[in-house]
Amino acid sequence: MARITKEERKNGIISAALKLFSEKGFYITTIPDIAEKVGMSVGNFYNYFTSKDILAKELLIYISTYLGENIRDINERDISTQEKIYEIVSMYFNMAEEKPEMIEYFLRVYLSNREVFSEGCEGMLCVSPFVTEMMMFFDDGVASSELHDQDFFSAFGLFMGYLGGMVFLFGEKILPQPLEWYKESISQNIYNALKSR
Amino acid sequence: MHSNLAKPRLLWLQGVTCNGNTHSFLNLHSLEQLLSKFELLYHPSLPALFSLEDLSKCHQKCDILIFEGTYDPMMQRDGISLEKWLQHYSSCARYVIAVGTCASFGGIFKASAPERSSGVLFDADKKSGPLVTIEQKVINLSGCPIHPEWLEYVLMMISAQKEILLDELHRPRELYSNLAHHGCTRNEYFEWKVDAENFGEKEGCLYYTQGCRAPMTHASCNKILWNDVSSKTRVGTPCFGCTESDFPRRDLFSTKTNMSIPVDVPLGVSKRSYLTLAGIAKTFHIKRLEGKLIDYKTVR
Repeated sequence: MARITKEERKNGIISAALKLFSEKGFYITTIPDIAEKVGMSVGNFYNYFTSKDILAKELLIYISTYLGENIRDINERDISTQEKIYEIVSMYFNMAEEKPEMIEYFLRVYLSNREVFSEGCEGMLCVSPFVTEMMMFFDDGVASSELHDQDFFSAFGLFMGYLGGMVFLFGEKILPQPLEWYKESISQNIYNALKSR
Repeated sequence: MHSNLAKPRLLWLQGVTCNGNTHSFLNLHSLEQLLSKFELLYHPSLPALFSLEDLSKCHQKCDILIFEGTYDPMMQRDGISLEKWLQHYSSCARYVIAVGTCASFGGIFKASAPERSSGVLFDADKKSGPLVTIEQKVINLSGCPIHPEWLEYVLMMISAQKEILLDELHRPRELYSNLAHHGCTRNEYFEWKVDAENFGEKEGCLYYTQGCRAPMTHASCNKILWNDVSSKTRVGTPCFGCTESDFPRRDLFSTKTNMSIPVDVPLGVSKRSYLTLAGIAKTFHIKRLEGKLIDYKTVR
């Protein structure tokens, strides 16, 4: 049987911690809870992450990198900005359904426990891969005259706030339809709000 | 007769020009010493061996032809077309030095007759000017205007019979491999992404909103200082990118952005890399860089 590498162990901790933090909350979840879920001793856990706060920051970087890589893949495709919007919405909603713990972590841990991230994750430090790709998306959209020129954060908030809100409603089981059902209309709404005038 | 022992014969000819390079050259501290190494056939503002009328007969020969201004073949000097002036004097010269962006790439005065005007070798970045068949003779000194020491460098290198290495736009690499950004006193503000809030302030970077092209412009303006003491960016004026082949652009005092993101990023840096670094740098607030430097107290 192949030996589990240190990297695989680390990813196992990340996956378990994401689930526990998003289900139970950041403060209630303890390091022994996480160690138990991945089947390792608490002492060994500290070989990977020296504190719960450091783990929390690593998780944010992990999610941001995951989102950034997926958006970069879309950005580099030879498709229109309108199609890119649909692809980003689709990717985000698929992620919310298939890996709900990642979006949950972002919405329920990162945005709700800012004190945990006040040192070492200020500003763009831990979310840079994701925000940078959204900048690339908007820059390309304006350069190709498909989107109208405006302040970056006005456009970013409209796009990502909308998606975050829908995923929140989905997580609360308020949406009458599955997320898949909303992809087309939401993409169209975002495009209509951002397109050139 | 030309020989290595004789002083090279220098002719300064003008096309469509504002005389900016002529005047800039007059500011050279060592003008007298420099000119002592050459035989000056003609210069529009300096005592010389011949008048323009003498030279218009095209009987003389020169070793170095300095051409200032946009080349318009229809323009006449003393009743002779620029086409004929340039054809005659460039054919006998060993070097043709295009001084200023107009002579190098067409520049501002190309607008006077855009369909037929250009630089002597380049039309913007296309090598389609009148001297294309003798391009190996042409040295471009772009700038609006040139710094007089740039021309001094070229003339001294010629006088000393040294090779002048040129870039792809025929500009001396020694002078144009730098960016105008190099040596800018505002570089710390650039690093930490701190804007100049108002025009003319000593603090802040001019790249983000005020249109500064220094990170994308090949020039040594912050290395070989103007009047020995200053540069545009040092006094709070953005670099207009006047040494590049696409000069002049519009809206020189504002940075073109797409959704607050600069359209042009520092030369050789990918936009993705730049945005990553800029986003992180903006996260930090450096107190010393946020107010007037003179008001900052080191000991609090």
